[in-house]
Amino acid sequence: MKILVIADHNNETLNPVTGAVIQAATEMGNTVEVLVAGEGCEAVAGEAGKYAAVSRVLIADNPVYANQLPEAVAPLIADAAANYAGVVASAGTTGKNIMPRVAALLGVAQVSDILGVESVDTFVRPIYAGNALATVRCNDAIKVITVRTSAFEQAPCDGSEAEITTLDTVIEQDKSIFVSESLSSSERPELSAASIVISGGRGLGSADNFQLLEKIADKLGAAIGASRAAVDAGYVGNDLQVGQTGKIVAPDLYIAVGISGAIQHLAGMKDSKIIVAINSDPEAPIFQVADYGLTSDLFDTLPELESLL
Amino acid sequence: MKILVAIKRVVDANVKIRVSAEQNAVDLSNVKMAMNPFCEIAIEEAVRLREKGIAHEVIAVSVGDDKCQEQLRNAMALGADRSIWIEQSGDIEPLSIARLLKAVTEKENPDLILLGKQSIDGDNNQVGQMLAALCDIPQGTFAFKLEIEDGRAIVSREVDGGEQVVNISLPAVVTTDLRLNEPRYAKLPDIMKAKKKPVEHVTPSDLGVELSNSLEVLSVKEPAARKAGIMVASTEELVEKLRNEAKVIP
Repeated sequence: MKILVIADHNNETLNPVTGAVIQAATEMGNTVEVLVAGEGCEAVAGEAGKYAAVSRVLIADNPVYANQLPEAVAPLIADAAANYAGVVASAGTTGKNIMPRVAALLGVAQVSDILGVESVDTFVRPIYAGNALATVRCNDAIKVITVRTSAFEQAPCDGSEAEITTLDTVIEQDKSIFVSESLSSSERPELSAASIVISGGRGLGSADNFQLLEKIADKLGAAIGASRAAVDAGYVGNDLQVGQTGKIVAPDLYIAVGISGAIQHLAGMKDSKIIVAINSDPEAPIFQVADYGLTSDLFDTLPELESLL
Repeated sequence: MKILVAIKRVVDANVKIRVSAEQNAVDLSNVKMAMNPFCEIAIEEAVRLREKGIAHEVIAVSVGDDKCQEQLRNAMALGADRSIWIEQSGDIEPLSIARLLKAVTEKENPDLILLGKQSIDGDNNQVGQMLAALCDIPQGTFAFKLEIEDGRAIVSREVDGGEQVVNISLPAVVTTDLRLNEPRYAKLPDIMKAKKKPVEHVTPSDLGVELSNSLEVLSVKEPAARKAGIMVASTEELVEKLRNEAKVIP
């Protein structure tokens, strides 16, 4: 069974979540190839080829694909998909934007956000904010899948370099025009990939107070996350939101500070290996999922924590 | 401008769901239901566009059994002018919903189709994008800001790394994200008025649509419970445990 992985990238580097997508693909089929669509993305194709499981990289390098507009990329993928048993992407915002369009163009279903592969046609996925797990079989000839990358190990890289094939298909369209993007850049590890995350909620009280978390994050080499309440209140940008409709993370250590633990937030972090909760309210639901809970004033605890690390 | 808004009846966001004893579905008996929160945001955005004079008509549409009429009445109480109920019971796959909405789109010719980005039961996040593909129109997903200018929609989108803005031609599909707006509450006089607004009743066969049937749910289970944790008494104890017991910090 041949599976096509759609690379997650920014034209310059491959997003490491692609390694988890490749892992999921190897659980579906024994031949894995990667499609890189973008502009000036040869380096990305090279990186994709270094994964041991990847035997070939298809590259579609053209200005029409520069910003991953689904009106251009989806027809490209649908066209290429004809030769594969499955087409798989990460369930990040790019995959979520593009893949259902691919599925509809192919006239098939999509199975979203899988966290387990049982066979080439059977998958486990979370529903109801992860409060239930559904095992779903897809009977279409081509499976269109998005992968919850926090649920899969990284596929190994070896010294190999896969064969690179150029795709000449150019999908011109003017229905969607890219205007601009503003992406935060940080020295910190990216939230989806970090092994330690420290997250703040409404309890932090202000954008400035997030600096208390930053100092701890610096010491731990951690990423910073936030609850919806903190983002809505403007303390941090939306790219830090952890939850049912934000980022799903499963780090080795998740420290929730001033976060009550609403169902929707838990959906984004309850598969973390170790969960720590710091909250002044002993009844906060977050304590029900915490391995270690501390009822305290975060403004006392955070400086203490920083000094002890 | 005519706006079509697709809405869904789902379990209320605050409900703690349970899996059925047969382990093949979520137990929905006696559970409080509501309009999907993202759909509420879609209705609100449509109504605001009409209040600004940009749109002249807002039509709500929903696919479901007769209980979803409750959400259509709610949509009309919030400001939709009329609604369409597509009657279908049981689990309906996203591709089927998209096909049904495509048929309605071909009948109604809306300039803008608004949907929630995902429903909080299935969490699929597929219908809007599928509908756009089937209609061969552009999409602006996960919108936190929407502007209409010169027959095009300027959609500011929340993406993993921050924000992106696209300019898409109309007709288009836009799916709503959390921060697009804060929905209003229906006022009692509007709830009363909504009882008189029209609900058109159609079936998939009226619309000439064949429903997709490719997904089988083999089982539904609760996730493995986490081991119970402990409360610590001090920051020192916390750090000690993380270092020596959990071994997650150096």
